Amino acid sequence: MSLIAEMSQKALKLGLPISVHLDITYRCNERCVHCYLDHDDHGEMTTAEIIDVLAQLADAGVFFLSISGGEVLMRRDFFDIVERARQLLFNVKVKTNGVMIREKEAARLRQLGVEQIQISVYSHRPEVHDAITKLPGSLKKTLRAIRFLKSQGLKVSIANVLMAGNFSDQAGVIALAKELGVHYTLDPTITPKMDGDRSILALQIPGSELKQVFNNAELVGNVEEFCAPPPAPDEDVMDGYPCSAGHTACYISPYGDVFPCVQFPLPSGNVRRQKFLDIWHHSTQLKEVRSIRARDLPTCSTCAHVGTCTRCPGLAYMEGSMRGPSTADCEKSFQRTGIPSANMLKRARTDSAGPLIQIQLPMNSAQDGPFPVETGSPEALVGISAHA
Amino acid sequence: MAEKYIARSKAIAARMIGGETMVMSALDSTFFTLNEVASTIWQAADGRTPLSEIVTGKVCQEFDVDRERAQRAADRFVEELSQHGILLVSDQPLIDSSLESR
Ligand code: SF4
Ligand code: SF4
Repeated sequence: MSLIAEMSQKALKLGLPISVHLDITYRCNERCVHCYLDHDDHGEMTTAEIIDVLAQLADAGVFFLSISGGEVLMRRDFFDIVERARQLLFNVKVKTNGVMIREKEAARLRQLGVEQIQISVYSHRPEVHDAITKLPGSLKKTLRAIRFLKSQGLKVSIANVLMAGNFSDQAGVIALAKELGVHYTLDPTITPKMDGDRSILALQIPGSELKQVFNNAELVGNVEEFCAPPPAPDEDVMDGYPCSAGHTACYISPYGDVFPCVQFPLPSGNVRRQKFLDIWHHSTQLKEVRSIRARDLPTCSTCAHVGTCTRCPGLAYMEGSMRGPSTADCEKSFQRTGIPSANMLKRARTDSAGPLIQIQLPMNSAQDGPFPVETGSPEALVGISAHA
Repeated sequence: MAEKYIARSKAIAARMIGGETMVMSALDSTFFTLNEVASTIWQAADGRTPLSEIVTGKVCQEFDVDRERAQRAADRFVEELSQHGILLVSDQPLIDSSLESR
């Protein structure tokens, strides 16, 4: 286990929030077709409020801080916020579209010691990227920003949201990332809008294309291993919980609302009215999220994929129940392995009185949870462990 | 032997959790965890207090360990972290080098 995973494990045991995603604005200079945000300003936290929140987060033990939006540079005080965050010694990751980053901004980010900049790129072709962002010239500006950031020696990663409209440009974006010398991540998940509107889900890539992604060795590594049928779940799997949301991580909106995760819009408190740590320790919503184990999930606990599924409790919550399945993840599990999920089988049963073909599921087994447990080693008097 | 003064670099991310300190270099992303004794030295690295004083005043007091052993361990610790630019070392006090650390 890496040292970072060890510390996450420790944070979990101590009940500490080790990472926080803070959106400082929902305003944006782009209008991406798949965006789930309402871009109007409904009363963002002031600089002073954000700086106070940062101090509270540092006191609470937060180490990893993602500063995101909206477009972070839409706030004039963006660099003041990052500067304060770095003075408080957070490991800072910034998510941006890069359109407003030129030499000066790139140099400032480097000077402040920002760990990583994540930039969205949807295609290597301007006509496709700009049609998604609805901002003419945006790809050119975004790529210019990546070059400025790279020339400063900053770590940059390209995030590509896969949709029906840009699916065929995937290889082009990977080649572009290679040429620029930056990391590439891909996300095939479209999140419903914050107001519950699910119409943007129509942009999602169809299952057959998802299957192509899972069979691409360049993306997943060992395809055979990645697409292997799930092993039978054991007690550890059934006692496991889905992800870090609410356990060691949470999300804070520009209005101070606290949620278990940016993709889990369960209102759990507001830092304008309550102290962050009071919310973290005492919110009934976060306590409920933390109480849920795989065995408590009515459908998923009976599913072959329960131990290996990427089931997002936030997407499940948006579908109606945080204990329910997330159909986007059912689709992923199915396309990855060819084995239908318990949710799919249940739906098939409800949809037809008697199935023509009956499918017998193989039994399944465990995999490491997000925080695998490790045994300790005897410590030296002054112990340091390093990991590059 | 010349006195050593140590100060935490600004080009790091750091946080103490449950007695241990996580430190990541902002220059090369090397990640360290410091145990309680190392964390004590880290916290005391204000650029003004000589290392020998940190050892006698903090490490020996808080951890019931003899001075010589503590000094040797502290020297090794300082050497390793300074190689990664995480601790700054000088034979003169380092003014304005320390940072608020939690
Ligand atoms: S699985 Fe969903 S709720 Fe959990 S951390 Fe990932 S996005 Fe957030
Ligand atoms: S595949 Fe669907 S039903 Fe099965 S565990 Fe994942 S979300 Fe639940």
